[in-house]
Amino acid sequence: MTLDWPTLLPLIFAGLMGVAILVYVILDGFDLGIGILFAAAGEDDKDTMINAIGPFWDANETWLVLAVGLLLVAFPAAHGVILTALYLPAFLLLVGLILRGVAFDFRAKVPVHRKGRWNALFLIGSATASLAQGYMLGVYVLGLDTSWAAMAFGVLTAICLAAAYAAMGAAWLIYKTEGALQKKAVLWLRGALVFTVVGMAAVSLATPFASARIFDRWFVWPEMLYLSPLPILSALLFLYLWRQTFHLPRPGDEGALLPFLTLALIFVLGFCGLAWSFYPFVVPDRLTIWQAAAAPESLGIILVGTVFVLPILIGASFYVYAVFGGKATDLTYD
Amino acid sequence: MDPLILSRIQFAANISFHILFPSITIALGWVLLFFKWRYNATRDYAWMHAYFTWVKVFALSFAMGVVSGVTMSFQFGTNWPGYMETVGNIAGPLLAYEVLTAFFLEAVFLGIMLFGFRRVSNRVHTLATFLVAFGTTLSAFWIIALNSWMQTPAGFEMRDGVAFATDWWAIVFNPSMPYRLIHMLLASGLTVAFLIAGLSALRYLAGDRSESMWKALRTGTGIAAVLIPLQIFAGDQHGLNTLEHQPAKVAAMEANWETGPNVPLVLFAWPDEAARANRFEIAIPNGASLILKHDADGVVPGLNDYIGEHPPVLPVFWGFRIMVGTGLLMLAVSWAAAFFLYRRHNLPKPLALLMVPMAFSGWVATLAGWYVTEIGRQPWLVAGVLKTADAIGPVPGGHVAFTLAVYLLLYLALLITYIGVLVHLALKAAKEGDPEPAPAVENRALSQPVGR
Ligand code: HDD
Ligand code: HEM
Ligand code: HEM
Repeated sequence: MTLDWPTLLPLIFAGLMGVAILVYVILDGFDLGIGILFAAAGEDDKDTMINAIGPFWDANETWLVLAVGLLLVAFPAAHGVILTALYLPAFLLLVGLILRGVAFDFRAKVPVHRKGRWNALFLIGSATASLAQGYMLGVYVLGLDTSWAAMAFGVLTAICLAAAYAAMGAAWLIYKTEGALQKKAVLWLRGALVFTVVGMAAVSLATPFASARIFDRWFVWPEMLYLSPLPILSALLFLYLWRQTFHLPRPGDEGALLPFLTLALIFVLGFCGLAWSFYPFVVPDRLTIWQAAAAPESLGIILVGTVFVLPILIGASFYVYAVFGGKATDLTYD
Repeated sequence: MDPLILSRIQFAANISFHILFPSITIALGWVLLFFKWRYNATRDYAWMHAYFTWVKVFALSFAMGVVSGVTMSFQFGTNWPGYMETVGNIAGPLLAYEVLTAFFLEAVFLGIMLFGFRRVSNRVHTLATFLVAFGTTLSAFWIIALNSWMQTPAGFEMRDGVAFATDWWAIVFNPSMPYRLIHMLLASGLTVAFLIAGLSALRYLAGDRSESMWKALRTGTGIAAVLIPLQIFAGDQHGLNTLEHQPAKVAAMEANWETGPNVPLVLFAWPDEAARANRFEIAIPNGASLILKHDADGVVPGLNDYIGEHPPVLPVFWGFRIMVGTGLLMLAVSWAAAFFLYRRHNLPKPLALLMVPMAFSGWVATLAGWYVTEIGRQPWLVAGVLKTADAIGPVPGGHVAFTLAVYLLLYLALLITYIGVLVHLALKAAKEGDPEPAPAVENRALSQPVGR
């Protein structure tokens, strides 16, 4: 492999896209998860739960726009193949995102007696969007297969990703709330974790069997050795998180952010596993990142912008999270 | 079912729904900044109250814009894969810059703008308002650059059927871009001006005489009265630019079949493409030649020069008439209202009654204008480069029909709810009137302890 721009740029963009997807999954994961947890929450909890994500959800969702945007602009060929193959689940994802995005705003502005309706739509939208994402993940892992078996696997990953998001949501609530709601969130976290573990295990087991190429990468010495830290670390982190749930909330609210960070780290590890398995393909076993990439001139132009903007963006995001730091309080416009 | 037709209808439905909300947020951001600036300068709390009333509308419109915009960005891949495969090298960077510079700017600072008034210093809050307004405008800049490039492509070369950029400056500032951007920004300003004036007129009719109602009513009417002549002028210039670069579109707008001098301005007609003639025509002699060439003997292009290559005449012709008609109505209403408000310091009831439905006149004109622009570009997706029919993907027609039906239902329901909520908010504000002169208006820096 020669290290010139036409080789490097697609690689850089694959990396950027990976980061965008990962950040999206972690950030929108917690606010989608809070939407799912509406199913278990009491009426009085719902306002607080919304307050915990109010100032952030829009910026969180923008990472999805960036991820899809990068797929679109950096790998136009793959964008078409993936999204036409996933036409209906992508549609469900969008309907879900539309419903929850508007429900979020409408619930606070409609006459009081209609609020319950929008709370329900917020739940339905969040659940639909999460399930659709999980389904898309499952089908993608199996190489955009459309057999019944692949669909069944998609349903499994759908449920597990939704559970993983619910776990993220619960972990975020542990950090952002106090009192009875915080205690409930600990229980929710524990419940959702079980499914999350099943989901990650299922994806990890299915991936190598979906493709001989990935199988070779996983179970052949010495590649196996490089991969082994991922599952071992993930398992340890899961155990660590499981143990935390028995001690939370601690006096003085110590370590309230820890479950969220632990879970985020698990997501990172899982994501690295996926990336490692699929590299160098964007469309599994069909298109490599170099075959799908846009012209180097165009990628170069985008890269210049990205290098300038991304650090500012991340800095600004941290600032906003700091401004709205601490326990969630009432959100008012005035 | 033909996936091409269905995909086109679906795209048109999605973008029509999307554009409604940016056309509000682009200008409303600046109006909010204006309210904030007046408050900072005068410390009159009524300005801040107007801000808080309208920032809710902003939040709602923004959310609608975001969710429909996310849908848009998937549409390219799900329905038009041929588009990015052919012109992705040019459309890609423009869209990427929109996401990187504009969307994130808005999304990140929106939280502070909406909910941060008591959490950050007044100055930071004003700055956040500015950044959000700037972000929405920037986003219009990039997307209009792309759309205009599709109308009047420049700065590229074709290699093996794929477009490659040669000159980014020429791509961004392509021949029709400045006209389209200005016209669109003014359209947004007018949409917001009439929305504010119309909803304030509703409050007025509901008996509200509060200071913040008057301030909003006067601001909306004033902006409308100033912008509408500018818009008419900009529209005329835009038309001349289109005549230069897309003559077939102008011929369809004017429903002019034969190229020649002394072309009349058709006011009303039913263009019949099968007979290639107008039925029920009412026209002003020499009018089109005068408007387009500033000369009664000016030669105006006709549709018969472009047989098989020109857009469908009927929607372009009528879209144009609806837009211009709405513009003229806007002129009459805003100037009459401005006269009464600024000279007589009152508002006659019939005029107020007329202003209420005019609250959404900006939407009508904007949609009509976009339909002229976009349908007038057919059969091309990118003029002279890519035909719409060649960009379609392999998704079966049944799937598209299903998704289209759901989108339409969803959009209809959301639109009704949105308008209902705007009216509800206006009536609620009318009932509340002016607030107590708020005790601690001056927000303290980080008044809420960070962390606990
Ligand atoms: C409040 C909205 C509004 C109002 C009052 C007007 N327009 Fe407009 N017009 C638009 C909103 C708009 C628009 C939606 O923003 C369009 C579509 C694309 C664009 O750039 O602007 C447009 C397009 C558009 C085009 C098509 C250009 C092209 O596709 O190449 C022309 C020739 C005009 N306008 C001309 C006019 C004239 C002569 C007006 C006089 C009253 C007028 N517009 C009022
Ligand atoms: C500025 C960004 C825009 C881009 C990049 C864009 C791009 C496109 C594309 C890809 C299509 C589908 C192919 C076709 O049928 O021609 C289309 C069609 C269409 N667009 Fe746009 N569009 C933009 C803005 C708008 C806006 C704001 C409207 C407002 C209503 C609009 C109205 C339409 C309509 C009505 C069609 C259908 C035309 C037809 O198929 O006959 N467009 N546009
Ligand atoms: C086909 C073309 C289009 C696509 C793919 C598209 C995509 C998007 C997306 C993804 C968002 C949400 C951004 C976020 O997450 O914050 C958005 C919002 C926005 N769009 Fe579009 N858009 C298109 C057409 C247009 C047009 C024609 C305009 C106006 C001239 C426009 C102006 C805006 C603005 C100002 C926003 C800011 C958010 C808002 O006010 O809703 N877009 N668009």
